[in-house]
Amino acid sequence: MTSLDDTLKIAGRTFRSRLMVGTGKYADFRQMVQSLDASGAEIVTVAVRRVNISDRNKESLLDHIDLKKYTLLPNTAGCFTADEAVRTCRLAREAGLSDFVKLEVLGDQKTLFPDNEELLKAAAILVKEGFTVLPYTSDDPIMCKKLEDLGCAAVMPLGAPIGSGLGIRNPFNIRIILETVKVPVIVDAGVGTASDAAIAMELGCDGVLMNTAISGAADPVAMAEAMNLAVRAGRLAYRSGRIPRKLYATASSPLEGVIG
Amino acid sequence: MNSELTRSGETITITVNGEAKTIACMTVKDYLHSIECDPVPIAVELNLSILRKSEYQDTILTEGDQLEIVWFVGGG
Repeated sequence: MTSLDDTLKIAGRTFRSRLMVGTGKYADFRQMVQSLDASGAEIVTVAVRRVNISDRNKESLLDHIDLKKYTLLPNTAGCFTADEAVRTCRLAREAGLSDFVKLEVLGDQKTLFPDNEELLKAAAILVKEGFTVLPYTSDDPIMCKKLEDLGCAAVMPLGAPIGSGLGIRNPFNIRIILETVKVPVIVDAGVGTASDAAIAMELGCDGVLMNTAISGAADPVAMAEAMNLAVRAGRLAYRSGRIPRKLYATASSPLEGVIG
Repeated sequence: MNSELTRSGETITITVNGEAKTIACMTVKDYLHSIECDPVPIAVELNLSILRKSEYQDTILTEGDQLEIVWFVGGG
């Protein structure tokens, strides 16, 4: 068994990489491009923002992202109501010519936890309008099931608050979510270092989405490679079937034939 | 005041990305051109409805219009 025959399918599209990365908070476009490359990601998130009409020389992010190599996943970051999120998705589809959206509706500035009531409203509208909706939500199996029932293409429970680097705070909920829904489960937010990503994948998640863990690292390009390896290692370990945890030792060497 | 505005005489006030702008009466295509905004990487919303790129040249801005011009930036 190798990782070559193991692909991620979302809404009928196939991806080889199970790592999705953000494009925010890099020192410059060059560092972003190198980090995306090192991560091996095929899906990259972007934000939708007003063009600064008085600054006409600003470079477009899309000048730096090869759309033959990457699938754009526009987000609705910063939206606090279903209406704002739906408007943002419609604009994103017009700008990016793709139906993929990372839907997030935030409930609180300090925690950036999702407002799940508004999220459900927005998801229902967007699914009806033909979007491929990947919602960022709580690590709540009931919410994830509701989002799946509405027609979302995946569910993206948080591991910990956005940008916190606290890792997977509730692996047991993630396991229950994995048993509850059939659509891909992608841990979105909370990853701090490579082992966090590996833990998410070892739990059986279909993918991991991160931004700050890479762009905020002292060496983002090296951390992007670490995340690439961690996601692959975690996935392979999950598929390999780990040994059960036991309290006492089991010898690895034969007990017979010891000298003396 | 730009030359376009002094020529036509008729001016309108619209809101662009939350800011009031007094401009000559013109199409969305001409407005984008006047602010040197490349129409390729952007999306435009006029009065809360998406304006398709093919509609820019036939859509004339009118008094009180609310225009949102967005594009992609780095984000997670």
